[in-house]
Amino acid sequence: MAKIYNLLLCAGASCISSGGYSFRDKLVEELKKHKLEGMVNIVETGCVGICELGPVVIVYPDGVFYKKLKPEDAKDIVEEHLLKGRVVQRLLYKEKDSEKIVQQATQIPFFQKQLKIVLRNCGIIDPESLEEYIGKDGYSALAKVLTEMSPEDVIKEIKDSGLRGRGGAGFPTGLKWELVRNSKGDEKYVVCNADEGDPGAFMDRSVLEGDPFSVIEAMTIAGYAVGAKQGYVYVRAEYPLAIKRLKSAIKKAYEENLLGKNIFGKGLDFDLEIRVGAGAFVCGEETALMHSIEGQRGTPSPKPPFPADKGLFGKPTLINNVETYANICQIILKGSKWFSSIGTEKSKGTKVFALAGEINNTGLVEVPMGTTLREMVYEIGGGLPNNKKFKAAQIGGPSGGCIPAEFIDTPLDYESVKKLGTIIGSGGLIIMSEDTCMVDLAKYFLEFTQDESCGKCPPCRIGTKKMLEILDRISKGRAKQEELDLLIHLGEQICKTSLCGLGQTAPNPVLSTIRYFKDEYLEHINEKKCRAGICFKKKK
Amino acid sequence: MKLEDLKKIREKMEKETNLREGKGRIKAVVGMGTCGIAAGAREVLSALLDEISKRNLTDIVITQSGCRGLCDREPIVDVYEEGKEMITYGNLTPEKARRIVAEHFVNGNIVKDLLVSSK
Repeated sequence: MAKIYNLLLCAGASCISSGGYSFRDKLVEELKKHKLEGMVNIVETGCVGICELGPVVIVYPDGVFYKKLKPEDAKDIVEEHLLKGRVVQRLLYKEKDSEKIVQQATQIPFFQKQLKIVLRNCGIIDPESLEEYIGKDGYSALAKVLTEMSPEDVIKEIKDSGLRGRGGAGFPTGLKWELVRNSKGDEKYVVCNADEGDPGAFMDRSVLEGDPFSVIEAMTIAGYAVGAKQGYVYVRAEYPLAIKRLKSAIKKAYEENLLGKNIFGKGLDFDLEIRVGAGAFVCGEETALMHSIEGQRGTPSPKPPFPADKGLFGKPTLINNVETYANICQIILKGSKWFSSIGTEKSKGTKVFALAGEINNTGLVEVPMGTTLREMVYEIGGGLPNNKKFKAAQIGGPSGGCIPAEFIDTPLDYESVKKLGTIIGSGGLIIMSEDTCMVDLAKYFLEFTQDESCGKCPPCRIGTKKMLEILDRISKGRAKQEELDLLIHLGEQICKTSLCGLGQTAPNPVLSTIRYFKDEYLEHINEKKCRAGICFKKKK
Repeated sequence: MKLEDLKKIREKMEKETNLREGKGRIKAVVGMGTCGIAAGAREVLSALLDEISKRNLTDIVITQSGCRGLCDREPIVDVYEEGKEMITYGNLTPEKARRIVAEHFVNGNIVKDLLVSSK
């Protein structure tokens, strides 16, 4: 019998951990009880993005969005909605201020401002179904590349699109591909960096969990473009679900000869393997990552030589981030003109942000580059809980810095954010209210990078330790004022002299908070006062 | 997989996912209020589903709604077709539902004797 309802059940890690599967099991049980199994199709999709409301289900064909589901809600959904066609009002989304009930997912403000390129299939298709991926134009880009385009054409298209690396540095992707293509050598590699380690960032995980084929297809295209026959995806071990779905997708791609020898009968050979990390943050740094794949200790080495010349196993290597790859197929299919029409003059396309901290709608958000911080906080994010005042946003995780309230109208793109002394980075966006102490925030991030420093170069190993000691003294009111200058001096030196990106960016949260909130540091030092009430708390 | 296979799978799946999102040529809504169910709407719904899958019609969305307020004429089915006015069939039985599929959905002729109204 034809299916009447399709239930898109979010099976992203967040919805699962808030009880998505217990709800699903109960749902299946209820469907059986009412003999509705034949009429209802349950599709487990990737992350829908609005993790705050999880577990969520969207019921098609009506597109009704149910949130915060508990196992006992399954009964109502089955008996009321599926059996009688009556929407279960109490499980719908309610707008925070107006208490307005919203039935359709598409009408929720959180989704309305978004433009999904990278996350286009997340929450829409079953991530482990190759057929569903193909139904959403999957593998059409690879087919187009192999029938109509030379490797040079592919590279030109990516270059013209203006796509830049989404891992943090923002290097032009097309140029990187060209460098690897032009690098001499028969043996080349394509690597995907999925060692997403920034606290609070989970866009790469969502892509791998929700649309793994898009990364596999893009890497195959990259293999064709740069002349590589072997690819590796380096995933952090803390992402078991992403690894499971990626593994299953790779297996299916091999079964259908979309990986392996003579793909589509067009003479392209490309193999893909997964390498699982071992929990070191520094392995997200490309040279450390490649050493780890080689079986060596995961520590960085100086650049040059760049991976494009001497990368994995000493061979020319293309290394891109998950989110970067997730853009490729759409650029090939819709063209560079389409892509470059989105975003700002120098930052094209969209960026996925992980919205977290003191904000009503936490979750994963994809917006055109140049969307302002204000739009992110108040329109998509739905403002701060209890109408607290926005103080600052930490952007770019432990490698980035903060944007204070006076710059809330800053467009979020590579250039504008850089002017404020921070970076887009991987896209972590932590919203803070007056209740956050900026000294404490800086200390938190520095503790993280200090802990994750691999210890290979002294500026990072010793420098960050010394910085942390000063910060600790400031937070306890035991520092002298001249130590603040020492902190700045140390930070600047570490940025200039560290071996890799980890050390070069580790002082950023400290430097950036001093830049905008120096008075708070001085209050700690001179008045032993913490206006947020975080430091100087008497320990019980 | 060959390029031709890719095209075939895509066409098949496109239709399925379109249906999932409620994008069909025709959308038929079965009234499933207490009145409708008591009058046999569930059997009508099953007949519709059975008939469209028998005939392999992949561009028709069947869904259900609550009571339409016209309890006297239940089971009721509203038919929405792009660019056309909504049509309401009433007093249906499974057999009549099958006629609607054959005459209206397939051949494009409104089944006049089953109409409640056409507004």
